[in-house]
Amino acid sequence: MIQIGGTRIPMQEQKVQERIKNFYSVPLGYTEKEVVAEAQRCILCKDAPCEKFCPVNMKIRDMIRKVAERDFKQAFLIAKEDNAIPAIAGRVCPQENQCEGVCPLGIGFTGNGINIGKLEAFIADWAMENGIKEKFYVKERAEKVALIGSGPASISCAVDLRKFGYKVTIYEALHKAGGVLQYGIPAFRLPKDIVEYELSYLTEIGVEIKLNNVVGQNIKFQKLNQEYDAIFIGTGAGAPLFMGIEGEKLKGLYSANEFLIRTNLMKAYKFPEYDTPIVCGNKVGVIGAGNVTMDSARCAKRLGAKNVQILYRRTKKEAPARDEEIQHALEEGIILKELVNPTRILGNDMGWVNGIELIKMKLGKPDKSGRPRPIPIQGSEFIMEVDTVVEAIGTKPNRLFLTKTPELETTDWGTIKVDKNLMTNIKGVTAGGDAMRGNATVILALGDGRKAAKTVHKYILMKNST
Amino acid sequence: MNKIVAKQELATKIKLVEIYAPESVEEAKPGQFVILHIDEKGERFPLTIVDANISKGTISLVFNEVGKSTKQLGILEEGDDILNLAGPLGNPSEIENFGRVLCIGGGVMIAPLWFVASALRKAGNEIIGVIGARNKDLLIFEDEMKAISDEFYITTDDGSKGYTGLDFLNKILSQKNINRVVTMGSVVTMKAVSEMTKSYGIKTMVTLTPIMVDGTGMCGCCRVSVGGEIKYACIDGPEFDGHAVDWNLLVSRKRIYLPEERISSLLNERLGGINP
Repeated sequence: MIQIGGTRIPMQEQKVQERIKNFYSVPLGYTEKEVVAEAQRCILCKDAPCEKFCPVNMKIRDMIRKVAERDFKQAFLIAKEDNAIPAIAGRVCPQENQCEGVCPLGIGFTGNGINIGKLEAFIADWAMENGIKEKFYVKERAEKVALIGSGPASISCAVDLRKFGYKVTIYEALHKAGGVLQYGIPAFRLPKDIVEYELSYLTEIGVEIKLNNVVGQNIKFQKLNQEYDAIFIGTGAGAPLFMGIEGEKLKGLYSANEFLIRTNLMKAYKFPEYDTPIVCGNKVGVIGAGNVTMDSARCAKRLGAKNVQILYRRTKKEAPARDEEIQHALEEGIILKELVNPTRILGNDMGWVNGIELIKMKLGKPDKSGRPRPIPIQGSEFIMEVDTVVEAIGTKPNRLFLTKTPELETTDWGTIKVDKNLMTNIKGVTAGGDAMRGNATVILALGDGRKAAKTVHKYILMKNST
Repeated sequence: MNKIVAKQELATKIKLVEIYAPESVEEAKPGQFVILHIDEKGERFPLTIVDANISKGTISLVFNEVGKSTKQLGILEEGDDILNLAGPLGNPSEIENFGRVLCIGGGVMIAPLWFVASALRKAGNEIIGVIGARNKDLLIFEDEMKAISDEFYITTDDGSKGYTGLDFLNKILSQKNINRVVTMGSVVTMKAVSEMTKSYGIKTMVTLTPIMVDGTGMCGCCRVSVGGEIKYACIDGPEFDGHAVDWNLLVSRKRIYLPEERISSLLNERLGGINP
């Protein structure tokens, strides 16, 4: 029976007691029956607000319609037209602030909008299992474009550039491609076989991925700029920020980047089968309240920590993390300690973390971010016992690349300056994703990649015609 | 994949490998390092570059078989592949004509020091070369260092060859009008040298080798304290002013994973050096 409207079909998930012991995906995904029923709830709004609020303007309504008709193949091809990696975006997009957030079915009923993310993930997974791929005819061109970094921005840029017919080469510093999808987002949120699959598609359509290539180190940016007709910089925001408080040199204090790189990229959770170790104590404090904070806290839980506390200077309401991530973290027994700010990290005489001093905060008037400013309550410091601290307070663009490219204009934040078409101050050099935005999302990076591909195309056509 | 094209045992447990790395060789400068990742389950670990042969497309590395990864590397033979090699990473050593440079290499680090000292000599410096090891059997690169040194000294901890310990350096430092000291070796050696040279007011460069993961400034694992500031050895170094380094912190942070390293090493021995 077709039921328009109605309530969202619940997503089956791994049971909490099971999932905190493994790194497998928490959502189990819709069944065919469930996904069709969920899609059939869609009222197919004429103006499709979901599409307008999608950073890549995916044809969401058409996709949902096809799912409702059980035409998963068409649904997949529609998604793929605008989104290079639907299997990934479906899992990591903040849909509640985008498509799902403006779905009329969710108005006044938070969380009841069509579950677009899970629909998208379903059709992409279905296509993967059934060997369905987007096919397009490439009219090869002679020009070559180099992409620096292999995260979401470069992935979408690469696909579009190939569609235009360019020879595309991606330079990746690490030994695995995917950027943050690979080293940052844990497998329980984004299974790595999915990342590998999406990347293998790049290779199939003729994109060359050169791993272990650190632009600015083994290959100069200036050399790339000479050898290629255009460049896209998608180097991300991969450098950790530290609070700059006392005790950060102590052992047992990690940047979220290190904690996640060890855990995800190097598979420290499989130590000693894998060689890279991680030291995660029983009492873990994770500073921040973004998605990376939730990821770190949930990794700590899975690494065996008994007591994991998120230490946040505002309250749950202001937390930048996705609702789903916060919800999952809380379900897993992670405590969100609100209105506290670390003032120093304490250590024992062997140099290991054994405590954290926190100051209580209260909320004041809204600051530039529009959120209430957290104000320390003088004299309210107290000490909490912890043996591991993870700082997940954000990242910034890596200065390794930037110091080797002084000719590239940057902002005071160390992000790359671009015009509205994502062109940098260097002709033919575009930039996007976190390298240009600072900390943002996968989907915005995907959008930037597309836009940059268009800019590159225009630039090359212009150059050829003069 | 990067192929090992030559391998040589220099002393007990100290080996040299020459690796085909055409994408790395052109930019490889003395003082820089590469990150190796031997196989899928392996860790990423840094080794300081010992030589770069552009015509052959190879770089050379010297290592001491102390942990699981270096033992595993030691088992590989000519013709075997290393899954991943990234580099050169870090900044090259400062090479200028300083005048008279005292170059002190200890243990396995004598080899990369030779690469730096050779460049310093090419830049017009007079080189006073010193190599040291626990005992005479562990001395490496003796002929190579001798060949580029205007004056050359050997020292061992046990006195089995040359001088005993580092005290003899005082004589050189006080009498030879040294413009700069460059030292690579164990933390103990570099710290001792830095402490000695400080009283003579001679600028002393050391190469720090803290634990690293990515080696590109992403994780902050290799943070060291230099002149009271936090620096990343991977992108700010690895060469630093030895007089400004917080040695105790370096020693402490190098020990973070000692128990885990022991587990890895023991398992490796039991399994005959093959990754499970």
